[in-house]
Parts: sequence; C-alpha cells; structure tokens
Amino acid sequence: MTIRSESDREQLFSRRALFIGAAQGGIGLLLAGRMAYLSVFEQEKYKLLAEDNRVSVRLIPPRRGWIVDRNGKPLALNRPDYRLEMVAEQVDDLDATLAEIGRVITLSPEDVERIRADVKRLPGYVPVELAKDMPWDQFAAVNVRLPDLPGVQPIRGFARYYPDGAGVGHLLGYVGSPTREQFLETKDPLYVFPGFRLGKDGIEKMLDDPLRGRAGARRSEVNARGRIIRDLQTVDDTPGATVTLTVDRDLQAYAARRLGEESASVVVMDCWTGDVLCQLSMPAFDPNAFSDGISHKEWDTLNADERHPLINKSVQGIYPPGSTFKMMTALAILDAGFKPEDGCHCSGRYYFGGHAFHCHKRGGHGGVSLSSGIFQSCDTYFYHFGRQAGIDRIAATARKFGLGQEFDIPVPTQRSGIVPDQAWKIERYGQKWLPGETLSCAIGQGYNAATPLQLAVMTARLASGREIQPQLLLGGKRRPVGTLDVPPEHLALIRQAMADVVNSPRGTAGRSRLPVAGVQMAGKTGTAQVRRITAADRRRGGKFGGLGVPWKQRDHALFVAFAPVEAPRYAMSIIVEHGISGSGTAGPIARDIMTYLFAPDVAMRALEKLEAGWAAKKAKELADAQYRAALAARAAAEAAAAAAAPTTAAAPLPTPLPTAGTGA
Amino acid sequence: MLNTALPDKLRLLPWTVIFVIVAIGGFGISILYSAAGGSLQPWAATQSIRFGVLLIAMLAVAQIDIEVWIRYAYPLYGVILVLLAVVEAVGFVGMGAQRWIDLGIIRLQPSEFMKLAIILALARYYHFLPRAFIESPRALWPPVLLIGVPMALVMAQPDLGTSLMIAFGGVAMLFLAGVRLRWFIGAGIAIAAALPIVYNSLRPYQQKRVLTFIDPEADPLGAGYHITQSKIAIGSGGMFGKGFLNGTQSHLEYLPEKHTDFIFATMAEEWGLMGGLSILAGFAVIIGWGIGVSLTGRTQFAKLAAMGLTCTVFFYVMINTLMVMGLAPVVGIPLPLVSYGGSAMMTVLLTMGILMSIARQRHRQMLGGGPASL
Repeated sequence: MTIRSESDREQLFSRRALFIGAAQGGIGLLLAGRMAYLSVFEQEKYKLLAEDNRVSVRLIPPRRGWIVDRNGKPLALNRPDYRLEMVAEQVDDLDATLAEIGRVITLSPEDVERIRADVKRLPGYVPVELAKDMPWDQFAAVNVRLPDLPGVQPIRGFARYYPDGAGVGHLLGYVGSPTREQFLETKDPLYVFPGFRLGKDGIEKMLDDPLRGRAGARRSEVNARGRIIRDLQTVDDTPGATVTLTVDRDLQAYAARRLGEESASVVVMDCWTGDVLCQLSMPAFDPNAFSDGISHKEWDTLNADERHPLINKSVQGIYPPGSTFKMMTALAILDAGFKPEDGCHCSGRYYFGGHAFHCHKRGGHGGVSLSSGIFQSCDTYFYHFGRQAGIDRIAATARKFGLGQEFDIPVPTQRSGIVPDQAWKIERYGQKWLPGETLSCAIGQGYNAATPLQLAVMTARLASGREIQPQLLLGGKRRPVGTLDVPPEHLALIRQAMADVVNSPRGTAGRSRLPVAGVQMAGKTGTAQVRRITAADRRRGGKFGGLGVPWKQRDHALFVAFAPVEAPRYAMSIIVEHGISGSGTAGPIARDIMTYLFAPDVAMRALEKLEAGWAAKKAKELADAQYRAALAARAAAEAAAAAAAPTTAAAPLPTPLPTAGTGA
Repeated sequence: MLNTALPDKLRLLPWTVIFVIVAIGGFGISILYSAAGGSLQPWAATQSIRFGVLLIAMLAVAQIDIEVWIRYAYPLYGVILVLLAVVEAVGFVGMGAQRWIDLGIIRLQPSEFMKLAIILALARYYHFLPRAFIESPRALWPPVLLIGVPMALVMAQPDLGTSLMIAFGGVAMLFLAGVRLRWFIGAGIAIAAALPIVYNSLRPYQQKRVLTFIDPEADPLGAGYHITQSKIAIGSGGMFGKGFLNGTQSHLEYLPEKHTDFIFATMAEEWGLMGGLSILAGFAVIIGWGIGVSLTGRTQFAKLAAMGLTCTVFFYVMINTLMVMGLAPVVGIPLPLVSYGGSAMMTVLLTMGILMSIARQRHRQMLGGGPASL
C-alpha cells in the first residue's frame, strides 16, 4: 500500500503499532507460560536440583580395622596423618597461596611442581594434596592461617602403619588408593574420597571387607564455593573390625631378623591346629612405603631384583623339594610292602637304563636301609626302592600330605606346585612316563615342585598323623581335623629317622641340634639343584651348585623340621634360595627359629652374636672396598704424574722456602 | 504563574503508571535486601537513594516541553555519538576496557543514552520527512546510518546486548514510520543468509555462549552454569516461592549475578510464579500505557517517539527475562527498575519521563503541524 494522504499514514502507523503491541503481548504470554512451566510442571525436578546444590554429603571414611597377632599384638594399625589439601577452583591466587603456605611448611621445588601439575591436570573441584604426614605444630600453624587461605583444607586423617615393616609385607600386603577401574566397577563414592585406602595385597586385600567398616556421612549446607554454612545431620561411621591372625608377631619378627639378607621363606605351623605361626618371605617390600604410594622407578627396581621382593615365596614360590621329599618316597616304599630292613648297597652311583644316577656322596654310603637312607639322605636307596614302588604310589602318598594342592587360606595368589605321575605327564606333555624319571622324582627332583607352605603342611602332617589344614585366622569355626590314611607305625618309623637326621651322630644335620635342654628337633635337609648337572660338569669335578658359581645357579637350601620329637608341637619349612646346602644354611636357621619357640632368650643371644658377625663382615667389606678405591686412585694419580713428568722436569725448580723453627 | 500551573501539571501526570513504577522499584529493593542476606548493605540502601533521585528526575523530565525533544533530538544524538566514539578511543588508548564516565552516584555509559537518542532522532527524521519520500529507498539510507554507526561502535566495545537493543529500537522505528515491508523481509533473508558467516566471525567466547544457549546441559559447570542455576532457582520456587529471605540458590551463591542480571531468578525463587507474574503484569501496565499514548498522539513525532520509547522498555524486559528463563543467550542486560545498578534504571526512568512529557502534550500541534501540511 502506498501512502497518499495523512490518513493513510495514520492508518498504516496504527496497524503497525497494533502489530508490535500484539507481538509484545504474545512475548509476554510466552514468558508467563515459560515461567509457569518451569515453576509448576518442572518444579519437582528443580526442587531436587536446588536441594542437590544446597546439601553436600561429605563422607566420613571409616577407620580401618586393626590386624593383630594371636596374642593381640598389633601387626597393622592406624596412626594420625595430618594432611593439607587444596580445592583449586576456590583458590583466588595460586602463587600467593603457595607462597603463604611455604612460609609455614617447607615445600620443595619438586612439591610445588607436582602441585602445579596436579592443578592443571585435575578438574577444579578435586582436592589436590599439598602436604601429608605433617608434624602437629605445622598443621596447627596452617590452621591458624586458614582465613587467608581460601580453598585450603586441613584434613585429619589416618594412615596405615605396620610396626614390623618388611617382616609382615607379604603376609599382610598393603593398602592403596582405589584405581579408576575399581571406582567405575563399584560406583562407591568412598572410592574417590581423598585419603581412602583399600587392601591391595595379602590379608589387607583378602579381608578388605571386614577391615574396611562402613562409611558415615555428614550432611551439611554448603555454598557455591564449597564452604560449609551449617551441619544438618551426621551419621557416624562404623569402624572396621579387628582381624586376628594365627601368626605370632614376635616369632615373625625374629625370623625376619634371623634371615638377614637371604632370599628365603620361613613357614612355622602348629602341628595340631594348623595355625600358621609364621609366614615369612624375604626380602620383602616395606608395606608402610607402599601404602603411601611408590613411584614407578621404585617399583621397577623391586620388580627387577633377582631376589624377587615382590613375590611371596611362601605361597607363590615353587621349588623342587629335593631330599625333603624323601619321606614321601619312603612312605610309598613301605606302602608297596617293603620292610624297613630291606636294604641295598650304595656305591655312589646307580645304573638304570644305560644311565648313571649319582648319589650326593661320591664314595657311596655302603649298605643302606630305610632309616639310614633318610638320615644319611642316601639317593641310591630311593632310586632303587622308589622305582619299585612306582611313581603313581609316590604321587598318591605326596598328595595325602598336601603337596600339589592349594589351601583355603586368605592369600591373594597361591600356587599348587606339581606332584607328577603317569597321568599328569600324559596330560601335560602328551608323552608316556619314562621309568628313569621315577628315579629323579623319588629324590624330590625332576618334575617335582612344591611351595614352602606345602612343605610345612607335609611336615606337620608327618609329625601329627592328622590331616591338618593351614589356618591364618584365629577363631571362627573350623572343620574337625581327620586322621591321615597312613599306618601309624610307618609314620613312627619316618619320625624316628627324621629325629636321627638331627640327633644321630651320622645324621646330615648334626649342627641343627637344639640348644635347649630336654627338647629335640627332628628334621630333614634338602639341597635342590636349580640346573641340570651334565656329565661334563661331573668330569670337571668340584661343586656344581656351590660358592664357585653365580648366585642364580647355586642350589636351593631346604630344611623341614618338627619339635619336640616325642610330642610334636611345631612344624616348619625353610627354603633359602640359592643357599647352597640344606644342612649348612637352612638347618641352622631352622634350629634358631625353633629354639625361639622354646627358649626365646637363648635364640635371641644366638641372633645377636650372628648379627654382630654380619656387621663386622660388612664393615670389613666396606673398609676393603675403600682401601681398593684408594689404591686405584693412587695408582691413577701416579700414572698421571708420570705422564706429566717430562714437561715439569723442564721447568726450573722453585727455590725451597727457608723453614723456621723446625730444625734441631 | 508557576503556582497556578504546577497543580495542573501534577494532575495531568499518569499516576497509575507512576504507582506501578514505584511498586516495581520497591519490590526490587526488597529483593536486593534479601539477596544481601537480609541486609540493606551493600545494595538495597544505595539502590533506594538512586531510585528516589531518579524518580524525581523522571518527574522533572516529564515537565519538559515536547518541542524541546524534537528540537534537540539531533544535537543530543550527535553529542552521544561523539561521546561513544571518545570512550571507545580512550578505552582503546589507555584505560583498558573502561566504557563509562564516573559521575559518583552512577557510572554513565554513553551507550545507554544512545538507546533513547536513536528513538528521538528517528522520530524527528520521520516527523519532517515528506510523506512521498517515506517509501523511497533514497530516504532510507540516513536512518540506516543513524542506526548503523552507533550500533557498530557499541558492538566494538564489545557489548552485544546494548548493540542489539539499539538495533531493535531503530528497526521498530523504521517499521512504524511506514518503510515498505519488502525491505524488512529482504533484510531478514539477508541476515538469515549471513548468520553462518557472522557466527564464524564471532570470538570464541561469543560462539560458546550461543552454543551454550542451544544446549546448556552440555557444560553445566562451565558456560552453561548461569542458565542452569537460573532455571533451578526459578523452577524450585514453585507457585508461591520459598518465602522472603529463604532462597538457597541466591544466598548460597549458586546463582551468579544474583543482584544484577539474574535478579529475576533471585526473586522467583523466593516469591514463586506469583512474584514473577506480578512483575510481568507491572511492566505490561507500563507498556500498555505507552502504546496507548502512541496511538492517541496527534503528531508523527509524538506517535513515533512514544512507541519507540515503549519498545525500548519492552526490549529490556524481554531480553532479560528470556535470558534468565533459558530462552535466550546470556547477553548481560539487566531487568530495569529491579536489577542493582544505575545505568539501566536511569535509562528507563528517563524514558518514562520523556514518555510522560509526550503523553501530557500529545494532542498539541507542533512546528506548523509538521509534514502533514506538505
């Protein structure tokens, strides 16, 4: 439409003004409708969201239960840990905050770098750790300055503490922060709570549930900056339960000291109840350090260590049982109908199927029977009769004593080892059993493999004649222990032979006799080859697994024992990796630990003497090394001087200074 | 003469509208009192003084002769344009992002006055433009320049909200003046076509605002936080609200800008749908009155200026409430008379003053009846 007159223009204006007015009215209605929609139809949703904003549920992490030994002495407990955290999004000025905190506590450049990296890496609402394990006075000093430090939160938490350190490392495991995967799996908010730790290994892992307890919660009103305005409601936490182990803390600690720097395992059991009194694997990690979290580098170092500090040798290490297996073969021989008096002649070697099988004694033992076969540890006797008893009979006997099986104890991983027989070989290798293989198995070599725990159970069953099961937890319901399906007179023969190992003048472990009046120990040595000895080795002569070869190739030293002989109470197994000789290395350790059970002060004195010797040896080695270094340095200096001599000789010699007052 | 004239002038004032303005302003002050946690400090007291002073200024402005507005429309526009350019230049040279002149009680932003000046200038332009030229394209470029130059200056600050309001006001004036519809349709199509290009030329934070507006839940802790928290405040208020001083979103500081841009949400949380509808109804009364003034005006200037000024008030309310209800992007426009701050309150009360001045004299013929005689 064109505007031709003033009335046209007024009409047009009115139309358009009304249009705008109508549009405004429409938008007004839209606004009213939208508001009604938000506040009436979606009211419930937004009320919930507002409540979600307003109320913060802060978890109260439960205090972890203690782990105590059979006498109630603490193995793992909690100590106060004063920490400082910072919520980055509430911090106005990071540099100023760090500077202010640096005035109260020492922050190393590495700390500052880590904090800055964390602030960058993590979402702003996740607390970043500024310091942990703070002394009380520093913690108090920071608390006083809190008003000037927005976003900084002092936390009074608890840290796991293991008074015995590495000695209980493998047994108890350690605690650590849950992984991202664990959180995603459980969706438990406790898992992302700063400072919350769960069991990562050993008892801590297996009994995590009772130890953890139940988290409490504090509902409080918070503002957008996370500041608590007032508390609304608090549900207290339920602390974790105390777990009582069968272990004897003092014995465990003694054994750990006694092992020194050996790579070894010690298992001590009660012959009647199956209570494990000591389950030690050394070297071990320090669970205190692990519970704080260790670096990749430290982990890699431990992982690469040839002494395997990360492996619990007691249940995860498998070793050829060597001569400690001979009791099994002996029982199989008796089971096959041979008489204890049945003997054979040992000339030092035994020919079978065109091969020579050697006895550990080169000249041979002469005439041997069952008893002397055990206490002299004659291999020939077991080659001869073991072959006739047959591998299946030997294996069946070994299984009765717990070899080749896993036990119902709270350890994260245990290995079952191998008790070989004909069926096993067909299944494993698809090949028929060779009669010659029975010979090596009869003396505990060949395919035979057992864990130290199995050897301890075997010994305890030999000593008690009962089907005892190892137990790590004290109390609770246990299944009644049955009697072993082995004639008691056979067991008596074996026990006597084992007593002779230690106490007879001809036994192999004479130096392991207990220095305790009225208590005799029975035992059996074992020396297990870790590599095959070839004919060429034998021609070369000498020791094949002794001091002359690298540590990794030396023989394992084993010893199993029980005491007292007449009324067995304790059984144990000792394995010293690459310890060369059962009687020389493992036996004395077994003697001292067994002594500790009957006469602690005697054992302690022996240990102190030993430790003094070790310290002296260490000091001497250190001095020798320093001396050699000094020698090398002097030689290098002289060589350098000799090389430089021609040039200095050309230079005029300086006039000696007159010396005063020293003459006469 | 003054003694006899004054009661007459007072009688002519639209007391209903003034009452509504005072009611909205008073409600705003009570909201500020609550937002401060039940305290006159730091906002309610200052706002009361400001409101009182500006209310008197409004009544004073209402007394000004209508011819003053038409006479000084261009000079006013020119002065404000220069001021805009000056603060832009000064801000650019060395005062950082300062776009205001400090007058003590309020900080004066030239861009605020431009919202009024553009209306008056265009009203004057079309008042004198001969009828025959209204639809001519040649007569279109001066108003386009009048709108475009200040808009560009404000956009450069950058202040998207104010620049949009100048554009809205200007375009509404062109529409009312009778510019052919095809220009608006053509411009609409051109803008729609240019949108992708404009979007790409926006700064990243501006792009983010647009994206956040489309999907606020995508980033509830980041840029979408404002809108999300505002909707929570309004929605959780329900029909009658949580009660005076009982808002949690505002008092616990979840609601950003609770006393300025998002004051409507602060109010809605405590007063509910009823409170919101009351404020909307109040503004509806004011705007309805303004439209009435425009429709009953005798001169082109009175009609155009009244409608344009009414639209300015409307745009304030619309942009702000659409934003807090999550229907428009966050563009920093306060709710007039309610939000804490002097600029918007001053602009709106001056607008109301001018409107009242026009309303009082809308039946007067001016300057020889204007172009109607041409």
